[in-house]
Amino acid sequence: MSATAPTTYIGTRTPRKEDPKLIQGRGTFTDDVTLPAMVYVSLVRSPHAHARIRRIDAAAARKEPGVVTVVTGKDAEATGVLPVFISVPGLNGTKHMPLATDKARYAGDAIAAVVADTRQAAKRAADLVTVDYEPLPVIVDATKALEPGAPILHEDLGTNLVFTYPVKGGDIDKAFRDAEATVKLRIVNQRLIPNAMEPRSVVAKFEAGELTVWSSTQIPHFVQLILSVNLGLSQNKVRVIAPEVGGGFGSKLQVYAEELLVAHLAKTLGRPVKWTEDRREGYLATIHGRDLVEDVELAAKRDGTVLGVRIRTVANMGAYLQAFAPGIPTILHAFIIPGAYRIPAFDCEVRGAYTNTTPVDAYRGAGRPEATFAIERGMDRLADEIGMDPAELRRKNFVPSDAFPFTTISGITYDSGDYAPALDRALEMADYKGFEKRRAEAKARGKYRGIGLSSYVEICGLAPSKANSALGVGWGGYESARIRVHPTGAVQVFTGTSPHGQGHETSWAQIAADAIGVTPNDIEVRHGDTFESPGMGVGTFGSRSLAVGGIAVHNAAQKIREKVIQIGAHLLEASPADVVVEGGKVFVKGVPEKAKAFGEISMAAYLASNLPEGMEPGLEATTYYDPPNFTFPFGTHVAEVEVDPETGTIEIIRYSACDDCGRQINPMIVEGQLHGGITQGIGQALYETAVYDNNGQLLSGSMMEYHVPTAADVPAFALDHTVTLTKTNPLGVKGIGEAGTIASTPAMVNAVIDALSPLGITHIDMPLTAEKVWGAIRKAGEARR
Amino acid sequence: MAKITVTVNRAEHELEIEPSLLLVELLRDNLRLTGTHVGCDTSQCGACTVLIDGSAVKSCTVLAVQADGAEVVTVEGLAKDGELHPIQRAFSAEHALQCGFCTPGLMITAVDLLSRTPAPTDAEIRHAIKGNLCRCTGYHNIVNAVRTAATEMRGATTPMRTPAEVKR
Repeated sequence: MSATAPTTYIGTRTPRKEDPKLIQGRGTFTDDVTLPAMVYVSLVRSPHAHARIRRIDAAAARKEPGVVTVVTGKDAEATGVLPVFISVPGLNGTKHMPLATDKARYAGDAIAAVVADTRQAAKRAADLVTVDYEPLPVIVDATKALEPGAPILHEDLGTNLVFTYPVKGGDIDKAFRDAEATVKLRIVNQRLIPNAMEPRSVVAKFEAGELTVWSSTQIPHFVQLILSVNLGLSQNKVRVIAPEVGGGFGSKLQVYAEELLVAHLAKTLGRPVKWTEDRREGYLATIHGRDLVEDVELAAKRDGTVLGVRIRTVANMGAYLQAFAPGIPTILHAFIIPGAYRIPAFDCEVRGAYTNTTPVDAYRGAGRPEATFAIERGMDRLADEIGMDPAELRRKNFVPSDAFPFTTISGITYDSGDYAPALDRALEMADYKGFEKRRAEAKARGKYRGIGLSSYVEICGLAPSKANSALGVGWGGYESARIRVHPTGAVQVFTGTSPHGQGHETSWAQIAADAIGVTPNDIEVRHGDTFESPGMGVGTFGSRSLAVGGIAVHNAAQKIREKVIQIGAHLLEASPADVVVEGGKVFVKGVPEKAKAFGEISMAAYLASNLPEGMEPGLEATTYYDPPNFTFPFGTHVAEVEVDPETGTIEIIRYSACDDCGRQINPMIVEGQLHGGITQGIGQALYETAVYDNNGQLLSGSMMEYHVPTAADVPAFALDHTVTLTKTNPLGVKGIGEAGTIASTPAMVNAVIDALSPLGITHIDMPLTAEKVWGAIRKAGEARR
Repeated sequence: MAKITVTVNRAEHELEIEPSLLLVELLRDNLRLTGTHVGCDTSQCGACTVLIDGSAVKSCTVLAVQADGAEVVTVEGLAKDGELHPIQRAFSAEHALQCGFCTPGLMITAVDLLSRTPAPTDAEIRHAIKGNLCRCTGYHNIVNAVRTAATEMRGATTPMRTPAEVKR
């Protein structure tokens, strides 16, 4: 019997099943949910970055028309603490409550919740809550937070040090002793604000002992689990629904204070409750990303052979640890720094620090963009130092294609890879060979032209549960799927993933359709409702959905296929080995005219009167898939820019990328993920930065000060791919959600620095705004005068 | 309270409203047209864009009373008699949406552009939509979708391709 179906829909640009409702304004996002007798929450947030809370006076707020109640930290202790799902050795954790009780530790820390009949009344009343604060010394800079005498955020810890995380391999001292060339650079991987277009929102109702919560989240099952445990409700009485979710990028990969608070208020008030953040509120209260300072050193021979990499990192964790925060600058950063290269010695140490800033957690790429930026900027500096072409330097150090499976010096085993073809193709797309002519031509026009590349390896498909456990992740990394075929042959797929733009309704339908011989239009994919899906779903993050969740769907569909074949063979009086399932029909090989329709098979499964001996009635399958390893997509991106020395503005002339995510289920969706990812990475390189003043006030506090890239800021992208199947899963798929973001930031910065290299400029901190570039050009000019 | 008459998606409404009510609140809360979204509070993101008398306007910066006597079209009004507007078809065909939150505002802005400029260059499209932020798509396919819709709306059979922006 053929175990695996031919691929009819996998690999095709199947139109998205998600689109019809979204293009007609019929998608339901959380803030679109309005219930009878609903009340609204507005949060009183600390204007101080660090202050003791002496007294809270809510009397005036309570008298405001429409106000239902005002709760403070002491009233809300029943919500329990916010969870942290990852621990690293020696972690200095803290107790993080939804409403601060003793101190505010960042500007935006929630102090009280005002509940009123209307959104407007709740906001008006929140302004009337008076908090008597005793301002305390503020620490914003993570390096300074670790120095003696720094203000301490959490007195019980006696330190701002969150962790010290070493990853070592090989003999680093020997590498530097033997080095013929070394480079050293300091990288500020600046803090970013995720800016999912949909602000966060939570709606909760409590009826007949049952709590229903709608939340704009990437992980509804985790929210359900924590609400159940924290609020003392049996898990079967807590339903969490992630309806349409307007982007996440890691910022909704949390169990947030507002989710606990709104659920708690719905439970205690007996009325439906809604909270939706303002964008400016979101800038303070939704997690930030990145924020590392890294000292990177490379040791090499003059022929370009890299001998060792040493890196010392300080990670700004913000005021509290959020759900996955301890794992980002450690596990997802340190292990992947060696990237695409065979490096014999590695020495990395990451220290995390509490500061009086918004908590930092996963933002698209989460640790891997920082790692890639460090090694890819380092490689360019090394190329410059030894006078070697940056592409050749990379090629020389690539893990060769015959070395896989390859265990890196950091201890990760890459199952597969073939890096040189992707580099070659990207260089060809970018006309790398013809670049110097273009540089000269631009120079004649008074412009500086540069080209930059980055070759990356991403670690994704998070994650094998045993690896999770060994690394300190407090939960398995499997994913679940359930397929229910109704008697009439209607097919529903329930997935534990929780898409918010990634198109799982379409891709999962393609996967299931191929296995059970129907079309994607015959299949409905449902997600984001804990009452429908299997017992547990892990969710959508870390480019894991396809390589884990998609495989769970594939495996469930294979079970359905097996049973369809068995029933078909029985009804057709044939051997299962001779039965074909395709085009919505089941027939004996070579005799398609005597077919049973798929619906006849499903009906037979439920009529149950004529099934093979011993077969259970019904046609349903549930699977949990735990991957044996991570997956490792890779590729090379090339950016070409032109800098105007008069203004410092950067024009992106051309952007070419060749990526390898293994088998593509829907190339249209793959390209879309890359376009968006590349743009976010360009945002970090050129435009975006969260800026705090020394008092801990977020100066880039709205979209007016924080520049999310617009259509006029980015070019069209030229994309191509190679296909190296992973052996880790039966479809050979890897993941593409974060690759663009990981690759594009160093490619952009390398291009700009290359453009300015004739001026002797070797470094500008991100973002490379016109002002900074102009300043660097002027300074270089003065130095040369 | 103020009394206004406003036509939304070809239906006339007489409403008594608070003078401070924003047009986007009127649409979302009073008329339950939740396809128009609120993505920021500083008029940067464009998720709330609607047509007022044919012009694309950010409805979070318009008081509902200012729409008195006006004709408003939201995403729910783009399709007519069950047939999708070419911009809706093009957004889906070109994969110009992922999470779909910014999509209504972007389509409305594109409709405004195409009513004034039936054959926009890619640079004109990018300029026209730069007040609408999208965090998912990187705009690449949105530009393609607007170009495709323009072609269809002009009645052309083959897409007009401007020289690729990436080549010089």
